[in-house]
Amino acid sequence: MATTAEELDRQALLEGIGCSRKRKEDPRFIQGKGNYVDDVKLPGMVYADMVRSPYAHARIKSINKEKALALPGVLAVLTAEDLKPLKLHWMPTLAGDVQAVLADEKVHFQYQEVAVVVATDRYIAADATELVEVEYEALPALVDPHKALDADAPILREDVKEKDNVGQGPRKHPNHIFSWEVGDRDTTQSALDTAEVVVKQDMLYPRVHPSPLETCGCVASFDKVKGQLTVYITSQAPHIVRTVVSILSGVAESKIRIISPDIGGGFGNKVGVYPGYVTAIVASIVLGTPVKWIEDRIENISTTAWARDYHMTGELAADISGRIKGLRVNVLADHGAFNSHAQPTKWPAGLFSICTGSYDIPTAHVKVDGVYTNKSPGGVAYRCSFRVTEAVYLIERMMDILAQKLNIDKAEIRRRNFIKADAFPYKTALGWEVDSGNYQAALAKVLDAVHYDDLRKEQAEKRSRGELMGIGLVTFTEIVGAGPSKACDVLGVGMFESAEIRVHPTGSVIARMGTISTGQAHQTTYAQIIATELGLPSEDIQIEEGDTDTAPYGLGTYGSRSTPVGGAATAVAARKIRAKAQKIAAHLLEVSEADLDWDVDRFKVKGVPGQEKTMKEIAWAAYNNVPDGMEMGLEAVDYYDPPNFTYPFGAYLCVVDIDKLTGETKVRRFYALDDCGTRINPMIIEGQIHGGLTEGFAVAMGQEMPYDAEGNLLGNTFMDYFIPTFVETPHWETDYTVTPSPHHPLGAKGVAESPHVGSIPCFTSAIVDAFAHLGVTHMDMPHSAYRVWQKIHELGLDKQA
Amino acid sequence: MAKKLIAFKLNNQPVEVLIEARELLVHVLREQLAQTGTHIGCETSHCGACTVDFNGESVKSCTVLAIQANGGEVLTVEGLAQNGTLHPLQEAFMQDHGLQCGFCTPGMLMRSFRFLQENPDPTEEEIRSGMAGNLCRCTGYQNIVKAVKSAAAKMQPA
Amino acid sequence: MIPGEFEYHAPATVDDAIQLLAQHPDDGKIIAGGHSLLPMMKLRFAEPAHLINIFEIPELKGITEEGSMLRIGAMTTESELIRSALINQKCPLIVEAAKMIADPQVRNRGTIGGDIAHGDPGNDHPAVMLALDADIVVKGPQGERTIAAKDFFLGTYVTALEPNEIITAIRVPASTPGTGYGFNKLKRKTGDFATAGATVVLHLKGNTCDEIRIALTNVGPTAFRAEAPEALLQGREIDDALIEQAAIKVMESCAPAEDLRGDAEYKCHMAAEMARRSIRDALARAKGN
Repeated sequence: MATTAEELDRQALLEGIGCSRKRKEDPRFIQGKGNYVDDVKLPGMVYADMVRSPYAHARIKSINKEKALALPGVLAVLTAEDLKPLKLHWMPTLAGDVQAVLADEKVHFQYQEVAVVVATDRYIAADATELVEVEYEALPALVDPHKALDADAPILREDVKEKDNVGQGPRKHPNHIFSWEVGDRDTTQSALDTAEVVVKQDMLYPRVHPSPLETCGCVASFDKVKGQLTVYITSQAPHIVRTVVSILSGVAESKIRIISPDIGGGFGNKVGVYPGYVTAIVASIVLGTPVKWIEDRIENISTTAWARDYHMTGELAADISGRIKGLRVNVLADHGAFNSHAQPTKWPAGLFSICTGSYDIPTAHVKVDGVYTNKSPGGVAYRCSFRVTEAVYLIERMMDILAQKLNIDKAEIRRRNFIKADAFPYKTALGWEVDSGNYQAALAKVLDAVHYDDLRKEQAEKRSRGELMGIGLVTFTEIVGAGPSKACDVLGVGMFESAEIRVHPTGSVIARMGTISTGQAHQTTYAQIIATELGLPSEDIQIEEGDTDTAPYGLGTYGSRSTPVGGAATAVAARKIRAKAQKIAAHLLEVSEADLDWDVDRFKVKGVPGQEKTMKEIAWAAYNNVPDGMEMGLEAVDYYDPPNFTYPFGAYLCVVDIDKLTGETKVRRFYALDDCGTRINPMIIEGQIHGGLTEGFAVAMGQEMPYDAEGNLLGNTFMDYFIPTFVETPHWETDYTVTPSPHHPLGAKGVAESPHVGSIPCFTSAIVDAFAHLGVTHMDMPHSAYRVWQKIHELGLDKQA
Repeated sequence: MAKKLIAFKLNNQPVEVLIEARELLVHVLREQLAQTGTHIGCETSHCGACTVDFNGESVKSCTVLAIQANGGEVLTVEGLAQNGTLHPLQEAFMQDHGLQCGFCTPGMLMRSFRFLQENPDPTEEEIRSGMAGNLCRCTGYQNIVKAVKSAAAKMQPA
Repeated sequence: MIPGEFEYHAPATVDDAIQLLAQHPDDGKIIAGGHSLLPMMKLRFAEPAHLINIFEIPELKGITEEGSMLRIGAMTTESELIRSALINQKCPLIVEAAKMIADPQVRNRGTIGGDIAHGDPGNDHPAVMLALDADIVVKGPQGERTIAAKDFFLGTYVTALEPNEIITAIRVPASTPGTGYGFNKLKRKTGDFATAGATVVLHLKGNTCDEIRIALTNVGPTAFRAEAPEALLQGREIDDALIEQAAIKVMESCAPAEDLRGDAEYKCHMAAEMARRSIRDALARAKGN
């Protein structure tokens, strides 16, 4: 570690780990020179557009393409019938199910893909979709997941109705997908039976959509002569896409090039493989010309990966002092029409079993049942490491409810149940080994910063005047960085991450990773990691991702895995280079390796001032003067298989004032303390936290995907779907502590999802707190003015004097 | 349907382009004139990613017909830097971390470019309401507000 | 989201526009700022064969004072209303309403005439026109006529405008001493239509309210005057108890449609609350004037 002024100066020049250096991505974005998928224009490119079902559940009686094909400029209209001979009318999902690429005999959700039109121009393609005549026979729609397993429920998936397993274990009804259990059923039952206090709560985490500002799309280009397929795609996982496309199409993986260029936000919406991609690829192969498909916003919200839709029941057993004795959770998960959840294949409920949270809970049991409904497939997405958001919401709500039941302050109940700082690594009742934490310190810092006691006093005064003020508190623990390959795979591919680093003779660097930035600034932060590890300025380190022809295989960016896994691969690859550099330095200085110390950007001979070789000098030597028997060059690759997940945590506090005449909520204060271990670029971390808090605010306060009884999705444009503007968005206060991960090479954990995961229950906590003195213990999201007013009205608080 | 030739000034350069009457300004800018900095986010005039300056006002180019630009002046993000020098807003967005995925950024820049001419010394609240027609999913807006404020300070006459 | 094909017309004068409308009686459509029509066209809910753009017609622009009235050209944008010194001085209610419409970019294109002509119960100017007792000046092949705002809004997307007519201007009374207004609109977020809105214009003689109009937004098939609470307050000294009685009558007068903004019960209560606030604001301003 640098200590002297001279060393610190040299370290500062590197702009490495810990430096809030400006982003390398920005110059192109601020000048309109980003390269997003819809910016890609290839010679001869034509356009695809979708014909979609107006019904949620219907039989397709006939499809007549003639009028569409007669329109000048229309090149093709493809339906399931056309894809059948290629065996491409269905595709496998990451969850072991199959999904219709184009509706095969039946449609299962509104806006489902029925036919694809290809035309010379996107305007003509849009016109032609209006001319494809589809005759439907409407069927009763199944919208309420609680009715999915009824004896008289309409059977949705006729294609799998005879199967007793659709990829995730035995099932008990044609609309049932899986049952998943973890924990100890008996000891949990016994804890609940014998507890001094039990609290129980039903809660719905509504279906929401990530809605990145850029929708999904691709440009597929098949070169018939070379037999090569190139696809520019909005994907958070280009290498997985290549594998899936190869399996589906039969084209060798080596002849497929997937390029994720600049991506306009992902938030989990861009992990899956969508029918639009597949049909564009098929159309390009059939027509021999590049085909562009870009969805519009309605299509994005209506058909691509959404999140949540968890109907949860939590039960906590405790003693009268508030010490928890057991937790039981039952979940009904609405997975929509196809089980196309994008998550580690063996985990049908993702990482939901992190639901014991930051608390020392002796026993627990979780059961999750997944069912089909006539809603869009997808799931899991939205700035969350596979159901962690639901898990944190569940336990944080239950902690508040227990506190209320026992009349203990919600900060105090948490303190009494925290996993102690000296208890890490801590094995949870549901099987996770939480690597590190210091929850008490985080909570204390937040309570101190906001003068918690004063807030409570103010609240008491306001309550006496009949005003509604609420204080929300959350102390969450996340699980991110999937993951150890023994536990996590996608279609059998272990969830490692990769980095390939090459140092050029002059000391500049190019490095390629298997992840892909969707706004997180990997080009900046990975360069910072390499800068610190290799002692070369981050300015001279170029990072490339997203091109499967050049980047090493990686599983992609989602579930906050880039820093925990990709960052670790980067550090380890850099250390391999440094190890070689040390050998070269020893050779150049004619000493043994053991005689050298690493000092910021150079190796120094111990105890001999002036005897040193900088990394730049070593880089040059690597190409002309290496020890006997050593290969020339200075590069390394690492495929990093993490030993464990990382467990970032935080303490959030929120203060709201509610207008009891309209139900409108004003977030007066939001204080977010995050601990993500070692901080690579504090500026970028803070930006990620602002963004995550804002998305959490959106979810808690207004987002939902409401379906009517016929399965029509209401509110699928930005008119209705709540994306807060500058005006609604609160001002955020951020803070941090640093508890490094003991197993990560840099001590870093993921961060970008924490603020989303942690803030949502904090808003609910605050809203409910505003009514807590009136006996209210829970309110479901979204906390729109309308819904909050309903509670106010029910309680008679809006009566005029 | 017969195409029409329209002419307008784009980033201070005269351009002529043959269009269908129904073509949206954003499509013509992006596809015919290769100015892909202007983005399409919602298509219903809510997100502001397609914001350009048109005859001295901010408009959402997804909800303006290209034919309406005939004879007019359009400025896009590509025309913001002058003679190779970044506009103070571009500098400020970079300095204050006012962007992440970059997709909303051109619209944010073009709106704030006009906004600071309408209100050269805005308060935070004025920035927030003046920029309320532009959505961002990444930044939470806070650093954009900061960037607009610091650019305003730099642009003040000495 | 791509609009269907159409032929585009950009008449230079109102008469030319009226003539074009006459030539295409069934499939012609006037476009003003386009922020209601173009999205409908992109969704193919509207597929006019002829689009007649009146946005740039010079005679439809401008704000002038005509005696005790202000004449606002139909193609005056929301932004122009907000910037107008004359409107700010003589009819600040319109400025307050315009600021609550959509967002800055949309306000640069959205026009007062378009907002009124569309007949959308969620649009904001209709209630403002009703509260101001404005005149809508329209022109057709038979020439110009004036329709009182109270006779203009007939139902959802239905107005007294004949299919061959165009709104050319709005005439509103300039504010007089003793007059006060209130405009309150509850919305889910910036850019949204009202969950419920209430516009109030009243006049005080001494402490007595000798004139009051209460107009409501998005709580019925169209914007409308709430006559029962007006009758209650007319000729009275308005106090809190009376406002409360009026609020109940406002609630009774509403017939909102349930949508994602809320059910009928919520919207009725919100209309009442917006009315309370607007009456109070109007009273305070009338006393200050």
